Amino acid sequence: MTDHKPECPIGGCEPPASVGGSRREFLGAATAAMAAALTGCGTLSKEEFLQHNFKELSKEEVLSVIDRLEKEYKAKYGKEVKVANTPAIPGVIFGYALDLSRCIGCRRCVHACVKENNQSREPEVQWIRVLQMDKEEGVNLQHADQYYNPEEVPQEGHFYMPVQCQQCKKPPCTKVCPVGATWREKDGIVVVDYNWCIGCRYCMAACPYGARHFNWGEPHLPADQVNPNTHYLGNRPRPKGVVEKCTFCIQRTRNGQYPACVEICPTGSRKFGNLLDKDSEIRYVLENKRVFKFKEDLNTQPNFFYFYGV
Amino acid sequence: MRFPTLSTLAAGLLILLGPVAFADPPAAKPHPGTTTDASGAPEGIQVPKPPFSEGIFPCSSCHDGKSMKPNLKRRELTDMHTDIVLHHGPASRWCLDCHDANNRDSLHLASGEKIPFTSSYLLCGQCHGDKLRDWRVGVHGKRTGSWNGPKQYLLCVNCHNPHTPRFQPLKPMPPPAPPEQIQTRKGGAR
Repeated sequence: MTDHKPECPIGGCEPPASVGGSRREFLGAATAAMAAALTGCGTLSKEEFLQHNFKELSKEEVLSVIDRLEKEYKAKYGKEVKVANTPAIPGVIFGYALDLSRCIGCRRCVHACVKENNQSREPEVQWIRVLQMDKEEGVNLQHADQYYNPEEVPQEGHFYMPVQCQQCKKPPCTKVCPVGATWREKDGIVVVDYNWCIGCRYCMAACPYGARHFNWGEPHLPADQVNPNTHYLGNRPRPKGVVEKCTFCIQRTRNGQYPACVEICPTGSRKFGNLLDKDSEIRYVLENKRVFKFKEDLNTQPNFFYFYGV
Repeated sequence: MRFPTLSTLAAGLLILLGPVAFADPPAAKPHPGTTTDASGAPEGIQVPKPPFSEGIFPCSSCHDGKSMKPNLKRRELTDMHTDIVLHHGPASRWCLDCHDANNRDSLHLASGEKIPFTSSYLLCGQCHGDKLRDWRVGVHGKRTGSWNGPKQYLLCVNCHNPHTPRFQPLKPMPPPAPPEQIQTRKGGAR
């Protein structure tokens, strides 16, 4: 799409409605013309253009939307991409804890996340940022570097702090969304409806963690690298012009699996589980380790915790 | 007993244990001695097999107690196993503090009790009790599998070479593109 010019002038894809046509015909044509105009001649189907907010869709409508998306992805990537709609598991609120004393900053998590969640490879979108910080300064963003690239990590005198969506209990990002395209699910995951997002990026301005990312260009995702196990609210391929973020791998965790970043971490720094299960490892961390929340003073109340495991 | 380098080992394990979509760590090769099979360790803890170097186990294939009599004298090894560097605890420590002289296919605790290699965490826990406690509840070390179901554990020795236990440094994967490298593409916004 980058170099592609619309084949016809804006609004000119459809023949103009005849003067004597009915109101219905006129509206139909107008809708199609508008959809075409907004998207550069027909990349957006009429159904997609008229689709409502995901939360307002009936069961049947969700299924038809998913069916349409799966067909679109099949046409685009030439393979079956499954779009799930798994609901939150009752009695589960997901929590995450990251051991700052063990993370060595190897960025395996960053790249495992990109693969699992179908992020755009070019332009590059990454949901996890690993900050290299000075041990002398402690957790101080003035002394954080995310572009470090030495031969070996960990580097002397530094520690590493990966930052991703903190899945706040009071998420400022959902509060500012003018269209309600992002919300907190019952299991505590903050999600985005990419079909309802208008790309205003208010949420990015509101997020104090820099955890939301915008698709500035048409996302480039090589077909052979597409992860076909997707979720509507998670890692399904995104269009250009929408905001995306970490969803604790909603397509995995709602099926009982660990997030991809937990599975890849070579040091076992990443802990994940159900905050409501008192026997979970996450509860053990919260009850027995020195734990802190990032930017706690902002009262965003993250469900993502940092701890010192030593 | 020889051990492969720790980074190879950790990387190999990741590939074997991870279900999908892993960033391929550089120079990663699954280790033949490592499987995801639960070996039915005591206490119901699922553990993968210890990461033996290929062809090294069982140790009794050489140390059968007949062709070679065990030499219990504390000494520096010169004929075999010279590749093993012992950087673990006091300098006086040596092989038979952990490996059993009479049954080389097992380890032994300070009490003299023999334990299989699959339960080596008990041996580590003699000194590192706090780590063993955290490991048992899944906080020290890595768990894979499902957060609400069966989990895969790693043994201490899957990440820490018992002879040189310090976690080895890794090469970091590429950093994000710095802002100055991001360029607008031909044709403007679209």
